[in-house]
Amino acid sequence: MREAVHISRAPAPGPGLQELLVQVARGDQDAFTQVYDQVSGPVLGLVRSVLRDPAQSEEVAQEVLVEVWRTAPRYQPSRGSAMNWVLTLAHHRAVDRVRSAEAAAAREHRAALLDRTPDFDEVSEQVESRLEREQVRRCLRTLSELQRESVTLAYYRGLTYREVGELLSVPLGTIKTRMRDGLIRLRDCLGVSA
Amino acid sequence: MSTAELHTLTGAYALHALPEEERLAFERHLGACEACTQEVRELSATAARLGLAVSAVPPPGLRERVLREIATVRQEAPPHSTSERSGVAPGRAGRWSSYALAACLAAAAAFGGVAVWQNQVAQDARQEALQARQQNEQLARVLAAPDARTSSGELEGGARGTVVVSRSANRAVFLASDMARPPGGKVYQLWFNDDGSMRSAGLMDPSATDDTVLLDGPVDGASGMGITVEPAGGSEEPTTQPVALMDFPDA
Repeated sequence: MREAVHISRAPAPGPGLQELLVQVARGDQDAFTQVYDQVSGPVLGLVRSVLRDPAQSEEVAQEVLVEVWRTAPRYQPSRGSAMNWVLTLAHHRAVDRVRSAEAAAAREHRAALLDRTPDFDEVSEQVESRLEREQVRRCLRTLSELQRESVTLAYYRGLTYREVGELLSVPLGTIKTRMRDGLIRLRDCLGVSA
Repeated sequence: MSTAELHTLTGAYALHALPEEERLAFERHLGACEACTQEVRELSATAARLGLAVSAVPPPGLRERVLREIATVRQEAPPHSTSERSGVAPGRAGRWSSYALAACLAAAAAFGGVAVWQNQVAQDARQEALQARQQNEQLARVLAAPDARTSSGELEGGARGTVVVSRSANRAVFLASDMARPPGGKVYQLWFNDDGSMRSAGLMDPSATDDTVLLDGPVDGASGMGITVEPAGGSEEPTTQPVALMDFPDA
């Protein structure tokens, strides 16, 4: 299937977000509305990739976005970009929800996890995210299979390194190392600086 | 777990793949070495790119609900009442950098270039007081002294200790990692070994399994140091067998 590709600038963690978040920290609700418009898509997408369940994802995304408002005074630009801060928050919330749910459910669904390899295509498309997704997908392909599985099972599924190790029947020390060198390779491929 | 092993946890940490307890232990190790913190920062930013790549279109109702809710939610006060938030002050990284650099140098010297974390200061600790800063400056002076010498060894239970001595500063710093907590109501007390007689060199933080301590008092003629378990508050002289004895490095 061919689609028209819009040539646009790299996705939008533009210079504005950081300044907006500083205004939000001072209680500016209008600034928060603009922050919402920039981050809600990535937040919901990330939470949904971890939790899968649409209703629960929406609920957690809402919690995350309200937490962005509540804890904005904590954000320190010197420590990283605003989008990074928001997505880290979102990932933690989603993973916490998975882990508490898993504890309650005796982790019965774990066996099913391997089937759920990351599937970018099921996520609704936004033009601006397409380039980002292409780039991430391309860079993920430069990882070894074990690096890629270690990174994506942890990040997109919210598994601990122990769970990843059990799932893949790989020693824990190896998993920890693969997570690190996999991310390092990804960092270099994506040209991330912080 | 050794400090070198801990270094490999930067990836798992950035992916939020550490179980709660290990996450807390790892965070205690972060903070002294800016280079180590930097790696976590970069890998977290990399992980966030994975998040950005799965962006979705939120349903219209979500916006209304979020905006309605925030109108009723009180915001946190800024963590520091100083000007740090305005972006004028350099923030933690700047404040710690000279100490962090010194700690990195000392660690590199002690472990042959393997970067390690040696400090109990969690990244988000907010209670740095003036007193702590002064202690850090003194720590930094010892660690960065041109004649700083290190020796290190295994302590009980896989813990690791490193001692840095500067004869010119006449002070010593002890760095511990992965020490078992002392039994309830007890503390680890440090001692200078003056030819077999023990002179108190202060107490370690009982809540920390990793700690960096400027030994109280001058090194003078001490040839080594020891650690004993003592009742809270410490003792005049050792009341138990030492859990560790270490020789100071030769000047």
